[in-house]
Parts: sequence; structure tokens; C-alpha cells
Amino acid sequence: MPSETTAHVLEFPGGYTRSVGPVIGRFLTELRSGRVVGVRTAAGRVLVPPTEYDPDTGDAVTDEFVEVGPAGTVESWSWVPNPRATHPLDRPFAWALIRMDGADTALLHALDLGEEGPEPPRRLRAGLRVRPRFRAERVGSVRDIECFEPEVTMYVAPTRLEYRLHPGRALDRFLEGMSEGRILGHRCEVCDKVLVPMKGLCPMDGVPTTEEVEVADTGTVTTFAVNNIPDPRAPEVPFVSAYILLDGADVAMLALVSGIPADQVRLGMRVRAAWKPREEWGRSIGNIRWFEPTGEPDVPFDAIKDYT
Amino acid sequence: MTERCAVIGVGQTAYKTRRLDVSIAGLVREAALRALEDAGLTWTDIDAVVVGKAPDLFEGVIMPETYLADALGARGKPMMRVHTAGSVGGSTGIVAANLIRSGVHQRVLVVAWEKQSESNATWALTVDRPYSASLVVGAGGYFAPHIRAYMQRSNAPDHIGTLVAVKDRENALKNPYAHLKIPGISREMVEMTPMLWEPLRYLETCPSSDGACAMVLASEDAARSAPNPPAWVHGTAMRSEPIVFAGRDTVSPRAGIDCAADVYAQAGITDPRAELDCAEVYVPFSWYEPMWLENLGFCAEGEGWKLTENGATALTGDIPWNPSGGVLSSNPIGASGLIRFAEAALQVRGMAGEYQVDGARRALGHAYGGGAQFFAMWIVGSDRP
Repeated sequence: MPSETTAHVLEFPGGYTRSVGPVIGRFLTELRSGRVVGVRTAAGRVLVPPTEYDPDTGDAVTDEFVEVGPAGTVESWSWVPNPRATHPLDRPFAWALIRMDGADTALLHALDLGEEGPEPPRRLRAGLRVRPRFRAERVGSVRDIECFEPEVTMYVAPTRLEYRLHPGRALDRFLEGMSEGRILGHRCEVCDKVLVPMKGLCPMDGVPTTEEVEVADTGTVTTFAVNNIPDPRAPEVPFVSAYILLDGADVAMLALVSGIPADQVRLGMRVRAAWKPREEWGRSIGNIRWFEPTGEPDVPFDAIKDYT
Repeated sequence: MTERCAVIGVGQTAYKTRRLDVSIAGLVREAALRALEDAGLTWTDIDAVVVGKAPDLFEGVIMPETYLADALGARGKPMMRVHTAGSVGGSTGIVAANLIRSGVHQRVLVVAWEKQSESNATWALTVDRPYSASLVVGAGGYFAPHIRAYMQRSNAPDHIGTLVAVKDRENALKNPYAHLKIPGISREMVEMTPMLWEPLRYLETCPSSDGACAMVLASEDAARSAPNPPAWVHGTAMRSEPIVFAGRDTVSPRAGIDCAADVYAQAGITDPRAELDCAEVYVPFSWYEPMWLENLGFCAEGEGWKLTENGATALTGDIPWNPSGGVLSSNPIGASGLIRFAEAALQVRGMAGEYQVDGARRALGHAYGGGAQFFAMWIVGSDRP
């Protein structure tokens, strides 16, 4: 049986009035002004935070104050995955010993890495360069520094381009064909080859092409890859990207192959376009969801090797 | 082109997954300073700057050459950018060489880079358009089907790609700048890694790297005062072809065959395997070694995999390919072609350190890009042509 507990508060009325003396007083005054100073000892060391008496010798420190920072280096740290109510930050943070530039000792303070997770981030390590984040309203307290934070080493540059595509006359016709469920190409009058999709020219002969040809939505896989990296347009991983030589065309086009386990796809396999439902059609080659096996016998590789 | 051209300085950054400590400007500066140091020159000695990188969409910095003029000491000097997709490093070197060979300039700084950690090349390579089936498969997804076609056409055994993956990573262990260093790399280790784009396994593909490469090219006059041995340019060639046309051979593209024939003719080479001492060839996926061995005329069609299998292309073989570790070990895309050209130069200068091919006097540098449709090649030698 756990024993009964009773909530109880003991609070000093108004708070203790603590005299800080000239050394700590200077440190706190400078903090209120948004600066960090240390004090020099007789041996020449700069103590931050300052002490009134040199911890090495017990002698009084000198009256020389030295501005340090603004940056510092993490010497050691302890990760706080579950901050308590009285902690300076309400998300996971580190207590860190930070040696300000120009100081010979380290200052303990909270370090905010902007992290939410329970594990310390990889970049938190001795040597990390950090700077104080000062509060806008300062009163002369070490809490005038809200926390430390890493120096800026990177920024994110969001980039988005919006533009109008003009496919041109030839591709426009191709997309019009797609919107009617037809696959169109051009025959080159010089080499007699059928190019799908057509671009209005033959890259081999350098001549315009105009003779429109409709090709079948069946074809042959000339070669392919089994992709194990996810793609938003592929049905699953692994997925098969294949070059498909449509019946009646003379160039193979890249497309998805589905409806068969990836490890059963073959060179020379016969396939047919799997169209999306008609109501989903647009002016896009995306009207063909992918290609699926027809079940016909494979085409021997010799018959297609000139298309690879 | 009547003037001779020499490589008198080479500078590289270490190639790493992320160079978070430097901006793009800081990255190119690092390589350029090392090239100047090798050449014994300072910024004021440079007449013109030529830069190259992969498409702007990669890092999303549009026309980075304008922002990099200061970092490359180009204020008040001619500066230009070359742009031929993945082959750009090679093309950039050739444009710079032509500025010397035409007699226009005496000393040209050439720099190429990529900072892949700021970007996503797979996305940038496969932007969505309504005209064609667009799959986010990246370069590996593009090239894997052509590799499968090669395997079928050549009847090569399945393990050839693994041999290349191991060989190039073994070489990389000797290269202080290489990105992928895998001690004890073995066939078993490669074969244990998953298929990304079957038939390509994870360790049969190139890494994504941050890095830059620079060279100082000089005229014959300017090369006389160089502190280190020069590499002389014996020939340069570029070719391109459309990505789709009827009858295109995507396994052994015509443009690559023609480009090689051109550069060999300029250098007086009729048998590249016998007359070259080594080659730095753009092999971003393991199987491209046997494919390019055939395309570049190092053997007959269908025989490339046999050279790989019998060790001819190893550092100890008769025609070492990618002694530096190649693209399979370091791939800052835009720089990768220039690195091939620079590594070829280091070999004939006798400055390749632990991966030096003994007595190398003539070497090929090669780059390709796009859908294996842009090619750039040079041959460099230790003798003045």
C-alpha cells in the first residue's frame, strides 16, 4: 500500500534579497545589457562565470573584466529527454558546459537544438559551436540568456516553379489521342520509322514529320529493371520499369509493368496497356496505368535486340 | 588549333557524403587553390576561368557561375560555364584546353563540382511531365534496363558487375581523396547488399558525393616554368546523340564509338588496349566497365566482360581502368568527368601516389552523360605531342 501524500508549498514571501557584490554584480549587469563578461585572475585566466576569489589560489580576482563570446564551444553535455516543469525549456534539450570564446572555464546552461525526440541528436557533440539566445526583457540574471543554440550552418531554401506547358503541335495531337484512348505516332518519310510519342521531327534524319499513325496498345518488353526504391506512381515495391516496343512503333517507350510478380517479368514478354477508367482520362500519358502480360508466347530476344 | 596544351596543376577536394563545413564557393575554392599550388601560380597568373557542373536543378542554384566568380578569382577575366549533363566535367576540360590550343590564353583555370548533399539528384533527374511515363527511378533506374540488355546480348556471367565493384573500391583504398573506402571489400560483401535496380546491387552503384576538382592548363610557353612535370594533351573529342531515335543502340551508343575513334586518330592510336597505359573511364554503375570496354574499342563487341573477368583492367593488369577508384568510389556528378581527365593527367605526370601505374606515358580520360548520349574524351601523355 503506498502511503498517502499531501501537497504542500513553502514559499519565501517576496523572495530572498541577495547582495551580489562587485564581481557577480558586473557579470549580471552586463548580462542585462546582452553581453557576457568574465573576470581575470592574477594568473591571467578568464573565469566565466566569474567568481569573486580565484578557485586555484584563494586570492581575490583582479578588477579586469573581459567580454567573451559571443560564441562558445560545447565541452560536455547531458541530454534531457523529459524536461520537468521547472526546466528552462519545455522540449527535450541538453544541459551543456559551454566555454565562451576568450574564457578559460566553462559555463553551465541549457542548449536548445530544436529537437523533439528522446534520443540526443547526432550533431550534439563536444566541439559544437553555440551562441546565447538572449531574452528581449532582461533583468540582470543568468536566465537573461534563455538558452544557447547552435550557430547557423545551413538554411532551407524552399523552391517551387509554376509554369504553363505548351506541348507544341505534335505532342498536342499525341495528348489529344491519349484523351480518346488512342496512341498516336508519326512516320518519318525518310527512314519510314514510326516514332511514339511523336515530336514533329525525326531525330535521325533531321526532317519534320507529319504523317500520323495510330499504333496498338499491345507490345513487347525489350528490356526492364526491377526497382526496389519506392515511387509515388508505382503500385508497390518492387516495381518493374520496362521499355515497351508497341506493335507498329519503331522506338521503345518507358512504362510500368504490373499484373505479374516482378521476378517473372521477361525480355520479350508480350504486354497490353491497362487503361484507367475512362472518367479519369485526361490529356496525359498517365491514362495508361501500366502494362500487363497478354499471355501470348514471348518474342525471341534476337527479334528485339536491335531495339535495345 | 596549333598551340600545344599542358596540364600543369591538379587540385581536388576530398570527396565526402556531406561537406557541411563549406559553402559551394568554399568547396570550389579549395580545389582551385590546390591546383594553383601544384602549378606554382597565384590567382593573378590566370587568364580565364572555365567551370562546369550538372544541371542547376540539382542544387537549385541558378547560374552558379555568376556567384562563384569571386571565389575563383575571375573578377575582370573571361569566365564561362559548360553544360553537358553528367559528361560536363569532361566537356569543361576540353573547352578550357581549346582556349589554350587556339592561342587565345596562356593559363586557364578549369573547375567542376557538385555538392550533392544540398540536393536530391534522383528527384532532379526525373521531373514529372505529362508527355511521358515519369518514374522517380533516377540514374540507376534509367541505366539498369540497358545493363540487362548488355548482359543478354553478350552472355556475360552475372558476377562481372561484382568484380568491377570490388576492383574499383580496392583501388579507392589507395586514393586519399576517394569517398567510399571499404576495407576488406569482397565479392561476398557486394553480393550481400540489396538489389536497388535489379540487376544493380547497392554496392554496384556510385555514391553521392560533395566535391570539386580543378586543373590549370597552360600553353607550351607557360608550361616551361611549371614546377612539376606537365601532362600534354594529345587529343580531345566530344560527341552527342538524341536520347530517343529509331534504331538507337543504347548499350553501345554510336556517339561513344565515334568520339573514341576521333580522339584515337588525333593521338595516333590504333589499338587502345596496347597503346594506352591506363584509362580513367566514367563507370557509375559496375557493368559500365565491360560495356565501355567494347564501346571504346578496347576489345571486340561481346568481349568486354572477359577483360574484366581475367583482371586486365585491375591495377596489376595490362590496361588498368580507374586506378583512382573511379566514379564508383567518388561521384560529385558535375566534377566526375573532370576528375577522370585529371586522374589521367596525374598518371602520366607520375603523380598518382599509391595508385600510380608504373611508367604510365599515355592515358585516356572519359566522361559520359544524359541517357548515355553525351561523350567527352581526352588523351594525355608525358611526351610533348
